[in-house]
Amino acid sequence: MRIETDRTTCEGLGMCEAMAPDFFEVGADGTVVVLEEHPGEEHRQDLTAAVDASPVLALRLKG
Amino acid sequence: MTLVVVGGSLAGLRAVESARRAGYDGRIVLIGAEEHLPYDRPPLSKAFLDPDGPARVQPFRSEAELREDLGVELMLGTPADGLDPRDRVVSVSGTMVCYDALVIATGATARRFSGTDGLRGVHTLRTAQDAAAVRASLDRGARTVVIGAGFIGSEVASAARKRGLPVTVVETQDLPLLGSVGRQAGAVCADLHRAAGTDLRLSVQVIGLESVAGAVSGVRLSTGEVLPADLVVAGIGAAPATGWLERSGVPLHERDRGVICDATLATGLPGVYAAGDVAHVVNPLFDEESARVEHWTNAAEQGAAAARHALDPAAARPLVPVPYFWSDWYGHRIQFVGTPRAEEVVVAVPAEAGFTALYRRRDRIVGAFTVDRPREIMKYRRRVAARGSWAEAVAFAATTTTAA
Repeated sequence: MRIETDRTTCEGLGMCEAMAPDFFEVGADGTVVVLEEHPGEEHRQDLTAAVDASPVLALRLKG
Repeated sequence: MTLVVVGGSLAGLRAVESARRAGYDGRIVLIGAEEHLPYDRPPLSKAFLDPDGPARVQPFRSEAELREDLGVELMLGTPADGLDPRDRVVSVSGTMVCYDALVIATGATARRFSGTDGLRGVHTLRTAQDAAAVRASLDRGARTVVIGAGFIGSEVASAARKRGLPVTVVETQDLPLLGSVGRQAGAVCADLHRAAGTDLRLSVQVIGLESVAGAVSGVRLSTGEVLPADLVVAGIGAAPATGWLERSGVPLHERDRGVICDATLATGLPGVYAAGDVAHVVNPLFDEESARVEHWTNAAEQGAAAARHALDPAAARPLVPVPYFWSDWYGHRIQFVGTPRAEEVVVAVPAEAGFTALYRRRDRIVGAFTVDRPREIMKYRRRVAARGSWAEAVAFAATTTTAA
């Protein structure tokens, strides 16, 4: 599974970090930093919650 | 089996999405008062008001995605006008729609300044149509008066100043956002307005509007002054859209007629759940206080949960959300997590370095407010969610003071 981010729409609102802090953080430039791009399948539920929580729909899971 | 979702905005959309994700393959009907497919509202008071902002709203999902991929029957542009919970029927402009499970997500309607109906140049800002009208007026270089220094009003003021247009914000309380963030943070918000050149009038009431040939021309204040205006935007809150439930037996709050729910979003009527701006919900995180929260994340989270719970009440669990809102003022990002109702509020980072205020109940952190500190706000949210220690939150804040 791979995490994709759309940095043009990301506004750094941080909901992904709230849902899955081991995988996302708001970075120094005020947009998302992905901490682990190829997470294991066991994290799918948290990551799906993070994708759904993005108020600007800036995240996607592939695979 | 039929799931009926009343309300075609974010909470309603998330309800139908989560029903399908949970494996529900029965009938779904989505009823919406607006003709638009579900769309995102926060940009209406932000990017939409820019001169080069988007021309029209972009729906979350296309009609084909909703109808074909998610198998949703759409009834848009037709508000529900009644509910009979005994026979489990929603009436929609004369059509009866039967349900087994029902999600009430009708949201809230912007309050209008009384006595202004039909007057040109006077708007609220809740829908795509409202946003288009406000923007057109700004495009013509309007002198703007905003009634209410809340989020909507402040974002409209921000949009006007971004264009270099004159704007006055009139607020009846002595600070902006008092109920939402408290005094210390409210004072910082007032300074943001003033620094941007907005004329902020606090502890002042709007007595009435003046007009010429059916269009607004001025705003009369309790001080006796009349502010010239071509555009007046009322940002004075929103009332739950529950007129259609008045005789249904759904419990409505005595103060604002919002739907009263427990922490699982259940209304107490069989199969009937509520979500989003319309719902008063008990939050176990904050001493079981009930609150009606009008935030994006709240609508998304409750919408998804309400559908799951309505379809499988036995599996319903209390939600334990941490309310979160953000707002963009004059290029500054305002963020708040938790509850402002606190025994003590401490300014942890002074305004020169952005600003952080922390909110305490007993020995716990229950809230945090920041300006221009987007890297930190979710660290506080996590502490609020975990019923984290006040002392540790204050110690963490101290480590951030130099890292703005």
